[in-house]
Amino acid sequence: MLILECPYCGVKAEETELAAGGEAHLKRYGPGSSDDEFHDYLFMRENPKGVHFERWRHANGCGKWFHAARCTMTLEVFGTYPAQTTEPPQEICDKITAKRPGWSWREFSDGRKSSAA
Amino acid sequence: MSKAVSELNGARYAGLAEVADAGLRGMITLRGDLDSAVLKSAVQAATGAGMPGIGRISVAADGAVAWMSPDELLLLVPYEEAGAKLAALQAALAGEHALAVNVSDARTYLRLSGEGAREVLAKVSPVDLDPAAFGPGQFRRSRLAQVAGAFWMEEDGSFGIICFRSVGEYVFKLLKTAAHPQSKVGVY
Repeated sequence: MLILECPYCGVKAEETELAAGGEAHLKRYGPGSSDDEFHDYLFMRENPKGVHFERWRHANGCGKWFHAARCTMTLEVFGTYPAQTTEPPQEICDKITAKRPGWSWREFSDGRKSSAA
Repeated sequence: MSKAVSELNGARYAGLAEVADAGLRGMITLRGDLDSAVLKSAVQAATGAGMPGIGRISVAADGAVAWMSPDELLLLVPYEEAGAKLAALQAALAGEHALAVNVSDARTYLRLSGEGAREVLAKVSPVDLDPAAFGPGQFRRSRLAQVAGAFWMEEDGSFGIICFRSVGEYVFKLLKTAAHPQSKVGVY
């Protein structure tokens, strides 16, 4: 059972109180973008074994969306943070780095954003 | 004008705990900036209760304010006064970025009391109801088996439970089953 702490109401909510919202920090490509960019935005998702960032909604609760950083292999939760951000906060990255040195996910890795991003 | 009747119409059941229809209750949903001084004083004027902390309910003589989310409050007022309170609230909030709606008739209000109240509620909700984790004045929006619901604990150890009117009968039957005299677990 996955237990995430809602960053808005502070409730340690278990999975049945939450609704999964897919991958976090998607960069949206709309009108004016190339077909490849739009295709990747629509269909290409991470499927990592390890560190993963997701969106969740506290559906049976305060109703707010938030982000969660967790490990898909061990179900360990590194932390949750509000949805009003386009990248994981440094504090969350540091926590992941402490436990999974060398991690990377999309353009984020090991506590620092890679230059490729 | 037709006579307003609560959905469960006074139903009650006594088992491990007593489940009872708590009758009609005026409820006003208020969304807005909870840090706004104008909003705070309007809420105080409508209910007589102060602003609740996160996840709490503040109760006054005949009104209460519950924290629903970072930008939402639920105001409990006497049923007959809900219309007037709403009008006063909207007048006080003129110019504020806020929205107030009378939802009294959209809800069912139940009371769960007695020795086994914690246990009965814990059976149907994924909330830690240990006395150390959930005490009087705490308010929680969560899940009652398959439907959304909210509850809080009163000073006397009983629970006020709110759910949508459309699922009121479901919640009553659910609590009734959970309160069956032969279904004691004895955790709390």
